[in-house]
Amino acid sequence: MNVLNSIIEQLINGLRTGSIYALIALGYTMVYGIAKMINFAHGDIIMVGAYILYVFVSLLHIPAIPAVLLTTMACAVLGVVIEKVAYKPLRKAQPLAVLITAIGVSFFLQNIIQLIFGATPIPFGSIIKIPAITLGSITISGITLVTLIVTTICMVSLTLFINKTKAGRAMRAVSEDKGAAELMGINVNGTISLTFFIGSALAAIAGILFICQYEALKPTLGALPGIKAFVAAVLGGIGSIPGAMLGGILLGVIESLSKAYISTQLSDAIVFGVLVLVLLVKPTGLLGKQRKEKV
Amino acid sequence: MKNLIKNKNNIIIFAITIAVYVLIMILVNAGLLSRQMTSIIVPVCVNVMLAVSLCLIVGFLGELTLGHASFMSIGAYTGALITMNLTTLPVPVAFAIAIIAGGLVAGLFGILIGVPVLRLKGDYLAIVTLGFGEIIKSIINSLTVTGGAAGLSNIPKYSTYKQFTLIYIIMVLMILLIANLVNSRHGRAISSIRDNYIAAEATGIPVSRFKVTAFVISAVFAGIAGVIYAHNVGILKPGNFDYNKSIEILVMVVLGGMGNIKGSIIAAVILTLLPEVLRGLDDYRMLMYAVVLIAMMIFNNSAFKARLLEKKNLKSSEKEVE
Amino acid sequence: MKKKFLSVLLVAAMTASLLAGCGSTADTGSADAGAADTATADAASEPATTEAGASDGGTFLIGGIGPLTGAAASYGLSVKQGAEVAIQEINEAGGVKVGDVTYTFAMQFEDDQATEDKAIQAYNTLMDQKINALLGTVTSGACLAIVDLTAEDGILQITPSGSAQDCAKNPNAFRICFTDPLQGVTMADYAVKDLGYKKIAVIFNNSDEYSTGIKDAFEAQVAANGGEIVASESFVKDDVDFNTQLTSIKGTDAEVIFVPAYYNDANYITKQAKDLGMSLPFLGSDGWDGVLGAVTDPTTVEGAVFLSPFFAAEDSELVKNFVSAYETAYGATPDQFAADAYDGVYVFKAAMEKAGSIESAAMIEAMPQITIDGLTGSGMSFTPEGEPNKGAKFITITNGEYTMK
Repeated sequence: MNVLNSIIEQLINGLRTGSIYALIALGYTMVYGIAKMINFAHGDIIMVGAYILYVFVSLLHIPAIPAVLLTTMACAVLGVVIEKVAYKPLRKAQPLAVLITAIGVSFFLQNIIQLIFGATPIPFGSIIKIPAITLGSITISGITLVTLIVTTICMVSLTLFINKTKAGRAMRAVSEDKGAAELMGINVNGTISLTFFIGSALAAIAGILFICQYEALKPTLGALPGIKAFVAAVLGGIGSIPGAMLGGILLGVIESLSKAYISTQLSDAIVFGVLVLVLLVKPTGLLGKQRKEKV
Repeated sequence: MKNLIKNKNNIIIFAITIAVYVLIMILVNAGLLSRQMTSIIVPVCVNVMLAVSLCLIVGFLGELTLGHASFMSIGAYTGALITMNLTTLPVPVAFAIAIIAGGLVAGLFGILIGVPVLRLKGDYLAIVTLGFGEIIKSIINSLTVTGGAAGLSNIPKYSTYKQFTLIYIIMVLMILLIANLVNSRHGRAISSIRDNYIAAEATGIPVSRFKVTAFVISAVFAGIAGVIYAHNVGILKPGNFDYNKSIEILVMVVLGGMGNIKGSIIAAVILTLLPEVLRGLDDYRMLMYAVVLIAMMIFNNSAFKARLLEKKNLKSSEKEVE
Repeated sequence: MKKKFLSVLLVAAMTASLLAGCGSTADTGSADAGAADTATADAASEPATTEAGASDGGTFLIGGIGPLTGAAASYGLSVKQGAEVAIQEINEAGGVKVGDVTYTFAMQFEDDQATEDKAIQAYNTLMDQKINALLGTVTSGACLAIVDLTAEDGILQITPSGSAQDCAKNPNAFRICFTDPLQGVTMADYAVKDLGYKKIAVIFNNSDEYSTGIKDAFEAQVAANGGEIVASESFVKDDVDFNTQLTSIKGTDAEVIFVPAYYNDANYITKQAKDLGMSLPFLGSDGWDGVLGAVTDPTTVEGAVFLSPFFAAEDSELVKNFVSAYETAYGATPDQFAADAYDGVYVFKAAMEKAGSIESAAMIEAMPQITIDGLTGSGMSFTPEGEPNKGAKFITITNGEYTMK
């Protein structure tokens, strides 16, 4: 019974981290699917989101709900600005040049935040105050519940948005063929901006959940989740939205279980090992589309 | 005529190689260089080696790898363990063994990783190489022979600026080997894979074999650079060879203009010196680094630069007409 | 063709000019480089002879090395600021009299990002500025990379917080802090003998030699004392999620959790333990100092005991003065890094006075003979091996306050 309990608890741990990975991975995957670029700075948007929330709540004393909305908007706008300033001029450049620029943006965000707020971690109490619930001998913290619920809502509404709305259809069209989409009268630049807007808003939500979970702000807090989420996106098949969710959750669960039952030291190695194996068997990721190369 | 130009070109490059060497030797021996600058000579050489070796994969093979630092770490650890344990051998012999073994072991891992991984392309390859980098880092971190988290310290310092001649020769040899490879039949085959994979395959180029070959050569050179790094710093920790290091090398290659060996060398030199020259700016250094990175990329791909180039080409062609 | 030639020429020219250019600027920076706050290499080329104290004697330039950027930046910053407080105090009190010459202190602090290769560059940069003694480096790994260089130069090196065993292995190197193994042994004795715990769980940072160093010594000593390590869970640098490790510990019959790590990690661990409904008490290493400033809910660390050389709320004149000076200057409560650095500067002063000279060789000679009443221990002295002799303080968190036993 004890063993079973602990397995269930570890699975819940995995689900929680996994769902945060999934939220971040969604941003990676959307941007990749449409702009065909890896936005390395995506992880740092999470960090900026956490800091913005801190400014709104702790320094400007705005109540929690408007603060969350404002933070999400601010990050979404930041995402669009970054796209316009740094990525748009490079739309016709080699993919690698864009990747390097994204790395530059990531460095930039980290360092500007460090200049403003300093490198010392800032404690910041959770704005979500829900007591833990206990089921038998299993305890689930309030923030875990909120994280799971919020990510599920985000994923469902995003899927609906992509599949059911006009803007979502435009996104899919741009993702398939930019040229053809433009000929069909779709505003490609606008669609790409919208993608960055939504992706960054999701990152902001991930940042808010992250900071409520861990309660300490530091300029590098987005880097590691960013990388893990990137792995999750590739694992699930980059460009695929259900893939990002699946990849994120899987990654979280694998990480948690391997830390608990194999080795904490090798958990990163195991996570990446699984990724390598999946990619070798199915080179486009779990749910990725196989694109035939044309001559 | 063409051969003549080529020969002339080679002579000039040869002359410059010698000139740089002589210049640095004079500066060092006459005590004209500050200690700060003297101590950065070897790191510059190491970074040039890393950049040039990565240039082969990223620039000429056209594949993005984010795990270059792991080959460097394999070489570094192998070399350090050899010189730390073969203390009975004379220094030059032990160091030579370390360099060769470091390169070979890194190359071996290059085969082990390259054969399965190079079936993938593009972003997938990038992420898998990043993954392998992390795996190797975790394994080094958990082994006892590598000293775990504390790493290896007290590595004999066999590659300080005093051994500049040797290191410079190794560096020049690497550059020559890669430059020759790129300009050879094989090199054109490798570039053809980058330019059009399908066409290359259709013309009968054994794509996989060339890919793995390029990958392994690059790994060997990174391993050798790692050995030199280890014996320069004297301490190795697994955390130093993370993906940030790989990205640092990648930035050099990309800033140098991908597929441009000379550019990679210049970028490696500048990017190693820049943080040191900007040391006084402390807090703003990393920020400026980021801004420079973004600005360079945008400039390189801007219409402004294209117009400048056009003007320049026009002028030079006008001159030729005259 | 022409373009190619030009570009190749550029490589050569750029290499040469960059190398040579920097060489010449650094040469002009003489011993009186800069004021107490980090003077840049360029500023040093204008000799600041108008400063006070120029008439009598000169400036004793302390070189400082530590991370000012990157993940470990807060530690380097604390050291820099702690040292600055000491330097200002000493200078305002009229400097240091060595024989019939009065010296004022100045410091040049270089960033090493807590990495080995940057530390070597930083050290060489400082040597170009002709520093008289070295305060650094802050982190152990970077320190190990330069210990042999400083020994070669024969310069007096005092590391405020380089706790790895080999940081003070050379005769010219001394440290203010405890070594990692000593801390592990002290904590193990305290946990088993004084507090009476028999079953202990450990969470340690596997990618940090500070953490693994303490943990190895701790586990061995616990076993020697008849205790039992029921769980030894590790994490790696930058981890923020400890739920897995804590859940594993929850499944054991541990009575206490020992966390040899820095307070930022401790903050995550204690908070998540509370979220998981765990109520085990915590034991910490000296890296825990400052944990109350990092937690959002002090009840998560209630009852935790850790070892610290420095206690900011200690009821002593010296500590009170330091804390108020530091708070006025930087608006923050000083931590042990700042205190270690502060003591380090006073150690330089004592060594200068004892040696009657500012030559490193004489000061190194004098080091084992000095005794100072520092923030991190009164009557602190040094062994010729470079280790400090000072007592450990055990600090307990009760009612959200640090209290000293």
